[in-house]
Amino acid sequence: MAQDLTSERAMLDVADLDVYHGNSQTLKGMSFSVAPGEVVCLLGRNGAGKTTTLRAIMGLMRPSAGHVRLDGVELTALAAHEVPRQGIGYVPQGRRLFSELTVRDNLDIGLMTRKSPRAVLDEVFDLFPRLQERLDQVSGTLSGGEQQMLATARALCINPSVILLDEPTEGLMPSMIATIRDVILTLKGRGKAILLVEQRVEAVLSVADRVCFIENGRVQATSPVQALRDDPSMLTRYVGV
Amino acid sequence: MAFGPFLLLATFEGLLQAAILTLTALGLSLVFGVMRVVNVAHGEFYMLGAVIAWWVSTFVSSMFGMPPAVGFIAALIVSPLAVGAIAMVGERLILKRLNYNPESTIVATIGMLYIIQQSVLLTYGPDARRVAAPFYYRIQLPWFGYSGYNLFVIAAAAVLLLIVWFILSRTRIGLIMRATQFDAETAQAFGIPIDRVYSLVFAAGAMLAAIGAVLVVPIRQAHYLMGLDPLLLSFITVIIGGLGSLRGTVIAALLIGLSDGIISVFFSPTLAKMISTLLVALVLVFKPEGLFGAKAR
Ligand SMILES: Nc1ncnc2c1ncn2[C@@H]1O[C@H](COP(=O)(O)OP(=O)(O)O)[C@@H](O)[C@H]1O
Ligand SMILES: [Mg+2]
Repeated sequence: MAQDLTSERAMLDVADLDVYHGNSQTLKGMSFSVAPGEVVCLLGRNGAGKTTTLRAIMGLMRPSAGHVRLDGVELTALAAHEVPRQGIGYVPQGRRLFSELTVRDNLDIGLMTRKSPRAVLDEVFDLFPRLQERLDQVSGTLSGGEQQMLATARALCINPSVILLDEPTEGLMPSMIATIRDVILTLKGRGKAILLVEQRVEAVLSVADRVCFIENGRVQATSPVQALRDDPSMLTRYVGV
Repeated sequence: MAFGPFLLLATFEGLLQAAILTLTALGLSLVFGVMRVVNVAHGEFYMLGAVIAWWVSTFVSSMFGMPPAVGFIAALIVSPLAVGAIAMVGERLILKRLNYNPESTIVATIGMLYIIQQSVLLTYGPDARRVAAPFYYRIQLPWFGYSGYNLFVIAAAAVLLLIVWFILSRTRIGLIMRATQFDAETAQAFGIPIDRVYSLVFAAGAMLAAIGAVLVVPIRQAHYLMGLDPLLLSFITVIIGGLGSLRGTVIAALLIGLSDGIISVFFSPTLAKMISTLLVALVLVFKPEGLFGAKAR
């Protein structure tokens, strides 16, 4: 069934990924793909292997087997710092801002890979005008919502074709969650491929096109989001809602 | 001599100590801050800086019959570059292969310490040799005369400090270093080649020590064991200032250098060492993160 749903013009393609933490195997044949303009959500309980999957895509963890391809380019063969240059923007779990540095410095780090940063930055401020007002503020002193905006903005500075977001709504107020959702939908509209890790089912149902249910380090089932709205039994089974 | 002028003389001596200590401790602190590597071989880079300075200046003056100033300037350029290159090779061949593991790198840099020290003993020998100062100028104060060169060293260290501060806080490469220091993994996820940053930082740390050494050889002498004292004092400085805090390092170097200089002049160098060691013990007991220690990440 998963094969039928896999888009042919897949942009990001994860295939049979095995990742170990020491001796314990965290990912066991993780496979899925994300196409341009598509929002794919990895849904699963804590410890299922979602963050590990994103870290493996970014080259921050070395898989012992399997592939990560972006438009046919094998990413697992690249050094970690070369992965973002291929056009992948990463919004890590817990945001991982350079919290002692200013908003401007954080954005500048996002811009490291760009040759002409000006245009990208205008686009980013268009999405997050509030950041432009706080360029000189130390990022650790921003509110939780603003920090999430900055983490997202920093990833967008790469001008990525694929965006990985790891639990972007974690610990945010409902109004902020709506903002993040709007941003994701805007990016989808611009043709970005978006891989979203979430635990909040409502947040997933309102933005995702497809949901991959993760358990024990692999995709146990994949479903279009429409089917989940009609029949939530899968949600009950994999995330207990 | 009356107390006032005597204190002034002691302060000059203290500032001179502080100037050299700032440079060496800054190198150690930079390497620890960014790479989390405790570089036990740091003092040997200082020693190498002095020995290479002697070689270069001797070569320039004996081969070309140049005045001491030319030999000194040549040493000031060649020695830090050579030491930086040696440090970079050591980093590539040893630290990188150990994956910068904190425990392994301590053992490895102890090994580097002995390799460098013994290589210098074999080639340069056990003698202490002096490099001629680039200029002799005595500043005659009403109470005593003081070496103009010593004051030059203090000024040069201050200028270098400003340059390091400028690079770290105002340039792109400085931002890259700070990002790597705060969170190397996230830095990589934004395209920063932390490997190359580590190489550069390790070389830069060694070069700071080497520059300090070149400045000091006209006052002290180049000797294969001269790295041990600065290593100890740099560690003390970095611990008191707070691991990885550059501001703390500079303030602690001033504190220790000045008190060391003043106590040495008024009482004895041994008492000065005892007091700074006691200070470390007190800091470790009451403020283990150092006076300006960065919060644990
Ligand atoms: N640094 C680590 N060291 C050892 N095991 C880890 C580490 N990080 C994650 N794991 C293991 O990998 C599993 C998956 O973790 P993770 O990918 O963070 O899950 P998720 O993001 O789905 O909550 C966890 O059960 C944990 O035991
Ligand atoms: Mg996670």
